[in-house]
Amino acid sequence: MINFVIRRIGIAIPTLLILIAISFFLMHAAPGGPFNSERGVPPEVLANLNAKYGLDKPLIVQLWNYIWDIVTKFDFGPSMIFKTRTVNDIIAQGFPVTFTYGIWSFLVAVVVGVSLGVAAAVNHNSWLDYLAVGVSIGAQVLPNFVLAPILVLVFTLGLHWLPGGGWNGGQWPYPVMPVIALSTSFMASIARITRSSMLEVLHSNFIRTARAKGLPANTVIWKHAFKPSLLPVISYLAPAFVGMITGSVVVDVYFSTGGMGQMFVNSATSRDYSTMMGITILYGVLTIVFNMLADILYAWIDPKIRL
Amino acid sequence: MKHTLIRTSAFALGVASIALFGLSAQAAMVPAGATLADNQTFTMRVLSEFDAIDPQLSETVDAAGVERDLFEGLFNQDADGNLVPGVALSYDVSDDKTVYTFHLRPEAMWSDGHPVTAADFEYAWKRLADPATGSPYQWYVTIMGLKNGDAVTAGDMPLDDLGVKAIDDHTLQVTLEQPTPYFTKTTVNASTFPVPKWVIDEFGDDWTLPEHIVGNGAYVLTEHVPNERLVRERNPKYWDDANTVITKTTSLIINDENVALARWKAGEVDRTEVPTGQFPTLKAEYPDSAMSAPRLCTYYYWYNEGPTGPEALKDVRVRQALSYALDRNVITDQILQGGQFPAYTFTPAATAGFTPPSVPFGEMTQDERDAKAKELMAAAGFGPDHPLTFNLNYNTSEAHKQIATVVAQMWKTKLGVDATLVNMEGQTYFSELRNGNFDVGRSGWCGDYNEASTFLDLVRTDSGQNDGKYSNAEVDALMAEAKTMTDPNPNYEKVEQIIAEDMPIIPVYHYATSFMIDPGLAQSWPLGNVEQNWYSKDLYRLAK
Repeated sequence: MINFVIRRIGIAIPTLLILIAISFFLMHAAPGGPFNSERGVPPEVLANLNAKYGLDKPLIVQLWNYIWDIVTKFDFGPSMIFKTRTVNDIIAQGFPVTFTYGIWSFLVAVVVGVSLGVAAAVNHNSWLDYLAVGVSIGAQVLPNFVLAPILVLVFTLGLHWLPGGGWNGGQWPYPVMPVIALSTSFMASIARITRSSMLEVLHSNFIRTARAKGLPANTVIWKHAFKPSLLPVISYLAPAFVGMITGSVVVDVYFSTGGMGQMFVNSATSRDYSTMMGITILYGVLTIVFNMLADILYAWIDPKIRL
Repeated sequence: MKHTLIRTSAFALGVASIALFGLSAQAAMVPAGATLADNQTFTMRVLSEFDAIDPQLSETVDAAGVERDLFEGLFNQDADGNLVPGVALSYDVSDDKTVYTFHLRPEAMWSDGHPVTAADFEYAWKRLADPATGSPYQWYVTIMGLKNGDAVTAGDMPLDDLGVKAIDDHTLQVTLEQPTPYFTKTTVNASTFPVPKWVIDEFGDDWTLPEHIVGNGAYVLTEHVPNERLVRERNPKYWDDANTVITKTTSLIINDENVALARWKAGEVDRTEVPTGQFPTLKAEYPDSAMSAPRLCTYYYWYNEGPTGPEALKDVRVRQALSYALDRNVITDQILQGGQFPAYTFTPAATAGFTPPSVPFGEMTQDERDAKAKELMAAAGFGPDHPLTFNLNYNTSEAHKQIATVVAQMWKTKLGVDATLVNMEGQTYFSELRNGNFDVGRSGWCGDYNEASTFLDLVRTDSGQNDGKYSNAEVDALMAEAKTMTDPNPNYEKVEQIIAEDMPIIPVYHYATSFMIDPGLAQSWPLGNVEQNWYSKDLYRLAK
């Protein structure tokens, strides 16, 4: 198992370095730059700005300086759009917001999704199954950019129960609508995967044997069927988890949370190179780490994987 | 020559407010007999996070709005856009009109108790010009006409050679490169606001954090959650605090205008912009809240007349025909519907002290323009057998797309022109526009100051914003001469006539700002200020 973990870490580090280099060159290959505004700036002012942010140096030197500052000082550089803020500041401010509503969304999606999936599988072809499948299909086909305005329409303008946006330090009830909007489609996917996996496990030989031995239904389901039925769910959960804690543009835009999803897109469209790189690296690290954790978890649940 | 600025609003108010509030005068002009609401807070929507709350480092309109609350320059503007005293009480001008001596208000104070001095202005203006600052508004010192502005911003001369100097604590001397008639108007721009050197020296870039920032405006920054909210509250050390009404202004960052509108309807914000095309409906539903007013901005298309532009567009007949065939009323009345005005000149009618001349093609009916356009296109050799083709470029935006689609359709139907729509994401588009990689390209310009040259300078051969690479020696000479004229309007009129003839651009419409505002605040909103330079200190909320 230890060898397996070391091997995975060994792959993760070069993966990250390749990600940084590719992102860096792709970003600079895109036409335009951070100072190409509608108004435009005279060439001498543009030269001053480029000099201030080191954009007048050769690309390879810029990349080297960038990586050096990260490795030696954990400094992701100054934002080129938000003139008095560093990328570290931007991530430190935005990531906790995204992480908070992401974690809540993850918990809601997993608890509700797994419960729905198990309930549907155990009560296969009953009204409960049809209801669960109906709910999950409905939730999956409803994209969050449709769901978000519906939530505002119903809960803010109609019922006056919830604020139409803002974060307010994550205080109740501000995260409620962001969490619903973000978790719904993930919940639906988890429910469908759990249901089909559970059905498959319930029809397998070892479950048939457990039932033949006269074990109570609850013991069969929770002690024998539940753990193996989670395997496909776990492989889905790692990217889903990263997807949720790194935020959603739709959620950030509709609910003005101040999260990272919106910052990521804005940094790309405004060519805020340093911010875009910082967030890309953060997302890259999270994706690599959680995929690695999923692999390790997978190997722990199913020892065949380690081979 | 001595100029003394009397604050007309305060003067008028002083009289009115004695009747209303006894000894308490109101800076905001509260109408006689009106009752103020108990709640004097103001919450508004802004589109996106502020690029900085640092007068010399920010460049966005929203940031300038906050900076007008937190800092105060030499002059402010009243509800109609006229200059009123800020930190400057009066000024003298030398006979050759190149040296301005400003006399500063002795009671002006920073929020930490330091007096506001001429040295604070000198420091701020040099900071703006300093290449090391990396200000995106560095070029503004050239617009202001400060002596040696170009050389200092280019790093060819030391900062001390810039034409600004503190004579003593309350006397600021400004030397201009040449007489600049609109110079004083440029001093309401946020990039000219003073900043506290001692705070910047101590905290560096962090000086604008709420726990560090020191300002000389009517408000102080009390909370800033990037991407979510920015709050400023009354500055008790502001020289006119006693006459300020609004106690707290909050800017909420809401990216989507439809979401913002929903939150306005829910009562979460007092002011938000009207999404394109929704003004008539909202005006009918909320007549006391839906507002529209002219703005000092023009929407237009550049023809690329430079070496990379298509030959056909270098033919003035083609440029005229395309402009004539564009039915501007369809765009303002059926697409935008927010009170915008059809444009036949570059300078908007809202510009102070200048009435754009009637240009011949603006006097025609649309049918006459269409007929003339067909005639011109035929004369230029284009027709059904030989259709004109080019790209119509614009940056990503639903409104730009709608307008470009309609414009291309008009050209197709009326002239048989095949214009291919080319949509590019903003940063790419502006880079391509600057580099001349376009045929016909969308643009928009809002005045840096309220005077016609802020528009007409764009068509000078040497203008950095002359994306179409238009060049006319007569225009250059007229605009150069205008800088030294007591009344430059005759030159501006001639330039407008030349533009209408040469047609380097297609003026499409002059902007209007249309927004929803809480009815209690509507009366105090400065609709007459076409630059939309508003100040929280001048607002008030009436009781319902």
